[in-house]
Amino acid sequence: VSNFAGRGGSSFSELFTLTYGALVTQLCKDYENDEDVNKQLDKILFSNFLSRGYNIGVRLIEDFLARSNVGRCHDFRETADVIAKVAFKMYLGITPSITNWSPAGDEFSLILENNPLVDFVELPDNHSSLIYSNLLCGVLRGALEMVQMAVEAKFVQDTLKGDGVTEIRMRFIRRIEDNLPAGEE
Amino acid sequence: MADAVLFEFLHMEMVAELCAHDPDPGPGGQNTNLSVLESMGFRVGQALGERLPREMLAFREELDVLKFLCKDLWLAAFQKQMDSLRTNHQGTYVLHDHSFPLLLPMAAGLQYLEEAPKFLAFTCGLLRGALCTLGIESVVTASVAALPGCKFQVVIRNA
Repeated sequence: VSNFAGRGGSSFSELFTLTYGALVTQLCKDYENDEDVNKQLDKILFSNFLSRGYNIGVRLIEDFLARSNVGRCHDFRETADVIAKVAFKMYLGITPSITNWSPAGDEFSLILENNPLVDFVELPDNHSSLIYSNLLCGVLRGALEMVQMAVEAKFVQDTLKGDGVTEIRMRFIRRIEDNLPAGEE
Repeated sequence: MADAVLFEFLHMEMVAELCAHDPDPGPGGQNTNLSVLESMGFRVGQALGERLPREMLAFREELDVLKFLCKDLWLAAFQKQMDSLRTNHQGTYVLHDHSFPLLLPMAAGLQYLEEAPKFLAFTCGLLRGALCTLGIESVVTASVAALPGCKFQVVIRNA
């Protein structure tokens, strides 16, 4: 009995995804009875999950850096590798593939066979899966901001919606410089 | 497979999100939030219990179930085991965690005591839900004497 938790396929490892599923369901329910909110619901949840995800990302990066021993990334390609091969693997147990680089090297896609947030989730009927997945976008943004990168992340395909794969598009916006006193270059 | 750290961070945001709807709740509002968190935990606990392999479900005694939760569930969810389990052998169990990870972010000490129930409600439900799937109806409550330690009290409801 006591070996159960240690095994790779432990059902308790789905605690995160099950909890997130319950949270989405609850929030959709919470707003169901509020006429005014319901129209804006998707938009509200979309932005709430983005900012909650952001808060998680900002803390997660410290945990990641402490555990992974990954050094500073010199360019966005290295960053992509670290995200896909180290971070996703460490926290979600999967390794997305990296594809569709833009010519300028400032955009790429992460392709996953399934949406990693989904495990036995029943997405409420009339709500977009985009809301649901936005937590992960927030996590990516928050984490990367803490290492001086402003990025945009969004789901452009989602198996939750019936697409063949789940695709997250990552776009590098700019490097976040340390603040210099006014007047200095 | 998701790292336990992700769950802890999500839990923190979840409590904040659910309690954010009533910025200044009276006792009624606070209780609603707690019961919402508890029932979410219950559903998740049930779902986890349902995913256990068959052989896990063949517990001989009620105490074995509680021990399983204190060791395996706690280890998988919080990367540690429960620090102590006591029972009066009449259906009441007290599970003591000296350093409950979901309470750690709050300053150790008494000043955040009133906030503690919000951070325990989901886990009470989780225990109740897992027990339910394992065939045991219960009432689970939690109390904090000094952060970050807490006690979960499980009272079995006889059929």
